[in-house]
Amino acid sequence: MLRIEDIQVYYGGIHALKGISLEVPENKIVTLVGANGAGKSTTLRAVCNQVPVSSGAIYFQNEDITNKRTVDIIKRGITLVPEGRRIFPNLSVLENLQMGAYTRSNKIEIRKDIEKMYDIFPRLKEREWQIAGTLSGGEQQMLAIARALMSRPRFLMMDEPSLGLAPLLVKEVFRVIRDIYEQGVTILLIEQNATAALQIAHYGYVLETGNIVLQGPGKELAVNEDVRKAYLGKA
Amino acid sequence: MDEQLRTKFILNIVFLLAVALLIYWGQHNLNNFEIRILNLAAIFAILGVSLNLVLGFTGMFSLGHAGFMCVGAYTTAILTMSPGSKAIIYFMEPIHPVLANIQWPLLPAILLGGITAAVFGFVIGFPALRLRDDYLAIATLGFSEIIRIIVTNTITITNGALGLKNIPSIKSLWIYWLAAILTILVIKRILNSSWGYAFRAIRDNEIAAEAMGINIFKHKLLSFTIGAFFAGLAGALMAHLITSVDPTMFRFLFTFQILLIVVLGGMGSISGSVVAALIVTIGMEVLRIVEQPMDLFGVVEIPGLPGMRMVIFSILLLLVILFYRQGLMGTREFNWDWLLNKLDRLKDRMRGEAA
Repeated sequence: MLRIEDIQVYYGGIHALKGISLEVPENKIVTLVGANGAGKSTTLRAVCNQVPVSSGAIYFQNEDITNKRTVDIIKRGITLVPEGRRIFPNLSVLENLQMGAYTRSNKIEIRKDIEKMYDIFPRLKEREWQIAGTLSGGEQQMLAIARALMSRPRFLMMDEPSLGLAPLLVKEVFRVIRDIYEQGVTILLIEQNATAALQIAHYGYVLETGNIVLQGPGKELAVNEDVRKAYLGKA
Repeated sequence: MDEQLRTKFILNIVFLLAVALLIYWGQHNLNNFEIRILNLAAIFAILGVSLNLVLGFTGMFSLGHAGFMCVGAYTTAILTMSPGSKAIIYFMEPIHPVLANIQWPLLPAILLGGITAAVFGFVIGFPALRLRDDYLAIATLGFSEIIRIIVTNTITITNGALGLKNIPSIKSLWIYWLAAILTILVIKRILNSSWGYAFRAIRDNEIAAEAMGINIFKHKLLSFTIGAFFAGLAGALMAHLITSVDPTMFRFLFTFQILLIVVLGGMGSISGSVVAALIVTIGMEVLRIVEQPMDLFGVVEIPGLPGMRMVIFSILLLLVILFYRQGLMGTREFNWDWLLNKLDRLKDRMRGEAA
């Protein structure tokens, strides 16, 4: 579904991605793990053209989307859940969800999807009229995910959805990711919580300072000695 | 739900009628000076609401409003002055022959004032809106000064530093307040449309807004241009209120006054801006007392200091920012939903006490 071919990205003088190639097949969960500064977020932002790609190419459903406008990329069905719960803090929960459906026009369908989100995340229903900035961290993350789903993505990219959440909530987030996948959405997941991410992913890539150093089926990587030593904190 | 809509509709009509009655009463019972102050308040309400659209709802820190007013004021002034008075006023250099014999009716001239300002807003916004926050503030401030300097130096069009006099006068309360009410209704309508949602999303979080598929630059430019249009409209009305314009009127201090209204009323509240516009404009006149020589209980004698009013308003602004940052209204609006809600709660409480 998504194919990245040898992309390079520079941030000012920093060579952030030094030629990364990866593939996300349809109806799979693929994860990108690695230490801070390895280039995980940069990869996602390059797909959305929030950072310019200096060489290489990105294909979505065999169409070249390299350096296309962000809006056009999103209209093709790619949605990004940005890092750090970037909800709209001064809008209500309902308005946040409506913003998620910004590129859609069928009001009845949108209303139906909002109800669906309330089914998946009952807490959001309780807080429908509350200003989103006053939600707890976990609720905000749920809202960010629900909002992303409101655009009916075919392909969802998530940037560290479990960052800074309590262990119980992390579990909840991963349950939701699984649910979303089961509804037919292809997922590219970035996680610092490598153990949990590799457990649910079909395939994983390990990133190190702008290079892919290892790849393989998620469960194999989870037990790989090198990965365990480097990222899972187990000797 | 339907019943509530109907109640609100009736309430709206009643409210507008009450305002109309108030204007009618004012027109017949207030003296010229008081009417002039109220007209100025209407102009400031338009300015406040339009800057609020840009600053409070779209989150763009723009300080260019005085510049856009300047464009609007000069456009309508040049178009509506009689050829006779143009011939007298342009004595340094004669007026450009194309403009010498034009005399438009007021309404299209005022509208064109707004449209010209919008064109300037669009052209300035194109490069400036790539910037954010303080940088945008500095850039728009710079552009606003550039407009002023262009106006000072295109003598055959604007009569340069001498300014223009004998602009046809409009005195009626109706015109100014009708313009203010129309502005409020239009901007309210925009804010409740998908544009309005996009503006607020951009204000809250640009990166997330972009991830939702909102074209950030397009919507910023849109908001900025609409803001410039209404600033130009207010400038045009101001030209007809004061009947003379010159470039020094549209200094930065003017933008500061509009900013004061927006912050005082609450960034993100239309009704707040209107209330604050009334308070500030009327306050500015009432506070003229403090610029007179004063004698405090025979102990301290204060000589008449021009500018004392601004000191008081600066202190007021400081207090608001320190202790009441959201302003009078915050992001809330005074509307019927809010009022009906309050009434319901009051009823509930009374029932609770009775039981």
